[in-house]
Amino acid sequence: MFLINCPYCGERDQSEFTAGGEAHIVRPKQPTELSDDQWAEFLFMRKNIKGVQLERWNHAHGCRKWFNMVRDTSNDKIHAVYKMGEKPPIK
Amino acid sequence: MSKNLRITNNKFIDQTSRISFKFDGKTLYGFKGDTLASALLANNIHLVGRSFKYHRPRGIMACGSEEPNAIVQVGNDASMTEPNTRATEIELYEGLEASSQNCWPSVNFDIGAINNFFSPLIPAAFYYKTFMWPANFWKLYEYFIRKSAGLGKSPTEPDKDIYDHRYLHCDVLVVGGGVSGIMAAKTAAKNKLNTVLIDDKNILGGTTLFQKNECFKINNSYSSDWLKKEIETLNSLKNLTIKTRTSLAAYHSYNYLLARENLTDHLCLNEKKDKIRQRLWKIRAKKVVIATGAMERPLIFNNNDRPGIILSSSIKKYIDYYGVKCGQKVSLFTNNDSAYETAISLNNNGVIVNSVIDIRDKTNSLIVKQAEKLGIKIHWKSSVVNTNGYKKINSIEIMKLSDNGTAVVGKKIKEECDCLAISGGWTPRVHLFTQSGGKLKFRNEDNVFLPDKTDLDQISIGSCNGDFELDEVIENSVNLINKFLKVNNNDYVNLEIISSKEIDKKNIWLLPSDKPLGKTKPFLDFQNDSTANDVKLALREGFKSIEHVKRYTTTGMATDQGKLSNMHALGIIAETAGVKMGELGTTTFRPPYTPLTFGAIVGRNIGEFFDITRRTPMHDWHVEKKAEFENVGQWKRAWYYPINNENMNEAVQRESKAARDSAGILDASTLGKIDIQGSDTSEFLNRVYTNAWSKLEIGKCRYGLMLNEDGMVYDDGVTTRLSENHYLMTTTTGGAANVLSKLEDYLQTEWPELDVYLTSVTDHYGTVSICGPNSKKILSKVIPDLDLSDKEFPHMSFKNALIDNIKCRVMRISFTGEHSYEINIQSSYAKSVWEKCFDAGKEFNITPYGTETMHLLRAEKGFIIAGQDTDGTMTPVDLQMDWIISKKKYDFIGKRSLYRSDTIREDRKQLVGLLTEDPKEILEEGAQIVAETNKQPIEMLGHVTSSYFSPNLNKSIALAVVKNGKKLKGQKMFVPMKDKTISVTITDTVFLDKENKRLNA
Repeated sequence: MFLINCPYCGERDQSEFTAGGEAHIVRPKQPTELSDDQWAEFLFMRKNIKGVQLERWNHAHGCRKWFNMVRDTSNDKIHAVYKMGEKPPIK
Repeated sequence: MSKNLRITNNKFIDQTSRISFKFDGKTLYGFKGDTLASALLANNIHLVGRSFKYHRPRGIMACGSEEPNAIVQVGNDASMTEPNTRATEIELYEGLEASSQNCWPSVNFDIGAINNFFSPLIPAAFYYKTFMWPANFWKLYEYFIRKSAGLGKSPTEPDKDIYDHRYLHCDVLVVGGGVSGIMAAKTAAKNKLNTVLIDDKNILGGTTLFQKNECFKINNSYSSDWLKKEIETLNSLKNLTIKTRTSLAAYHSYNYLLARENLTDHLCLNEKKDKIRQRLWKIRAKKVVIATGAMERPLIFNNNDRPGIILSSSIKKYIDYYGVKCGQKVSLFTNNDSAYETAISLNNNGVIVNSVIDIRDKTNSLIVKQAEKLGIKIHWKSSVVNTNGYKKINSIEIMKLSDNGTAVVGKKIKEECDCLAISGGWTPRVHLFTQSGGKLKFRNEDNVFLPDKTDLDQISIGSCNGDFELDEVIENSVNLINKFLKVNNNDYVNLEIISSKEIDKKNIWLLPSDKPLGKTKPFLDFQNDSTANDVKLALREGFKSIEHVKRYTTTGMATDQGKLSNMHALGIIAETAGVKMGELGTTTFRPPYTPLTFGAIVGRNIGEFFDITRRTPMHDWHVEKKAEFENVGQWKRAWYYPINNENMNEAVQRESKAARDSAGILDASTLGKIDIQGSDTSEFLNRVYTNAWSKLEIGKCRYGLMLNEDGMVYDDGVTTRLSENHYLMTTTTGGAANVLSKLEDYLQTEWPELDVYLTSVTDHYGTVSICGPNSKKILSKVIPDLDLSDKEFPHMSFKNALIDNIKCRVMRISFTGEHSYEINIQSSYAKSVWEKCFDAGKEFNITPYGTETMHLLRAEKGFIIAGQDTDGTMTPVDLQMDWIISKKKYDFIGKRSLYRSDTIREDRKQLVGLLTEDPKEILEEGAQIVAETNKQPIEMLGHVTSSYFSPNLNKSIALAVVKNGKKLKGQKMFVPMKDKTISVTITDTVFLDKENKRLNA
């Protein structure tokens, strides 16, 4: 079970959090102008890579805040956490 | 007890306190400190079980958690009996009752043993291959296979024992209390690190605790004496917590570990009473030291599974620790030096040592020389080719090995014995290391997998790290500990260590026999009864991956997870397939390391603590009125209120009629309530609901439908504008938490610029819903000051009011189609307001109704229930609710998805009404709908989502989703059931009061 460093609360057990999938997928501002393919790209397509991935997490049983995480999915190592709207701290 | 099997000068077992216990119904005696296994052996009982597949007699083989054979049923109480426990781990207590498993009628005479004679007909995957055809016969086969398979019996009654969970945080966790573990724990604690040392035995010390051999000395005393002093000093250390009888079950990422502590399993029955039996520790350690040691390997040769064939190191523990002789005339079979330690111990305790059969050519290590000096006979370069004796070994057959070790040559020698010690070398216990995600490396010289890379703050030390000699264990452990803990401990630096060194190593995974392979039974996995031949067969049949061979042959898949068998299976596969073992890799070691009881896993979360139970403020009133309850998520909701022995149907018919004829009262407190405030709230609602919200006036309510981004209906509910920037949203009971988190998600991540704040107030308010033509009269009695005229308080509007000076909110909204009101009031007053309404309604025969009636009433009106009539594949258009989709709004969640090529298909499944040809016939929810009855295969066009008998219409009604349903109105369809086919007609979804006249009645 991970130990997650919530940017608002500090280190907490994984059981307090929920995962929200890939980060930095911005909801299109003008969905009506998108083709079916473009909309499907936003709606369905996720990378799910083996390796370093940027993810959304929610401190659901804590401060209820969403934040982002840099996690290596191959070994579950969490390299960094950062707030919504911030740029990922590593490339 | 056979006196001559116990030696009397033993210090570990208290031979003054005799304990009586029962095995297979027979009363036997042992001593305090014994395990069930050691006590049975002292009673000369070797035959303790039958093997899984061939029902061969099996005996005790080991002395710890790796025991594959001595698996017994403990206790015979229907609630406390426990199957598949290892006799080698059960501490003896007064009154213990245990019995053999997998045998009928008894372990001595087992009918299933006939399988042994048919064993050539039962190869690997016999069941898969044989019971495939005909497919529908499986039901029949399964009954018999299940009956003959399986190990112990499960308890039939709930467990009466108490179990517990606790958290533990520490700087250093040391797993294993042998030499290296004790050194690590002492070093850590002395350096002010908060340290926990756990060991699965009842006493620390590992195998060194009883090592009294001239070849293993530290500072001029026996290694055991030196270690005992070390253990004594542990008690004075302040930062150290020692937990014995605690077995580490799982090692997860981020140094999160689970350990099971046995608290009362070793106590006699009346001492156990009312105490916590087992505690599961949830440990978060900054650093972990794994010092779990190694386990001895068996040797794989013909008939290597008879009772009396025991691992050499276990025989040593039985004699040196428990003071029990496993036999009177013992032969030993080995490929390494450790069997000589056993031979010397046996010899020193007066047991006749026949000979040591060693597959090596000759070796001259210290310990071998000592054995030779004692006159112990050694057969060099030899192998045991067969063993004899059905229920217990009585002789072995020995032959010389050929130079390359692949065959046996020369004359066969028969040696009589009542016990055979076997030693195939050592396997480091790397299970925890690999569970934690660590990668292994292979060491060729002695064929062991060792810890290599890890991402966690942990080390493995001692023999689990591949150090098998005493001096290496101490020297390497000290260096590793100092480096790992960043300390400089000199306690163990200048020790004078004598340790016999193993000079020659030789290994043959599958030992040759004078018989061809097909005629022999070299067992690999003793518990699952798979042999080396099965593994070879799997390879011949084309299985290459170790994971596939494992599953096909079931090698390593028994309750011991192949602790003894895995290495040999790998070795034989590698050899047969001609690959290197290091390249082959291992199978995955999964937690738990040893089986956990369900009790320990669930702890206190049983019965009413299994899950949170949410009750409404009026709950006690419903209980008083003898309501039946329904679970809706975590909520207990009143389902129906039977009177005079009514069944559910009768109660619901009565309640439904009363609600429409006069008045009904419903507890709607469970509906999700979200308080929304902020200057951008109306814009926010515009974005999350399909309809328009900007023009909703203060004091008005509006129904909204919420979609997922994929355009599918997600939730629905009524939202009320309380003041300029203050709204109250209601959601479905089950969807409340998800809706809140979804809205939070959008607010925080997509629209952070919006000034909107969400607060869940579900539990803060109780909701009393009164409906029916007399609801207005009842409410006017409860709140006389409120103007209830249609002009002042029309449908879909809200008023603040006072009941007995307590503020409440009254909404005129309806989920039944009747004139109806919902009173929201602070939870603590909700029950009294409920009672007030009920009293006021008595003259109108106000009838409390539950969720079932609520569902029936709304179905009469064709109102959907999100989650019942929708299933995540229905768009608002599919629901024929096009009217609720705003055409003017530029965007809302899910809008773009409503005109994807798939969502605009005309032949999607759409919500329709169904009427049965026979109005008395009630459809089953979930039943399939077809267009014709005589074609096969037949296309399933849809299914029934809601179905009731309507007392107000006096006919059966149903909602259903049907492919292209909108265009099929008036068409006949069929609902085929098991015993008949029901004819139905597709109709509109609204069955009652299409003009909505009743809302203002």
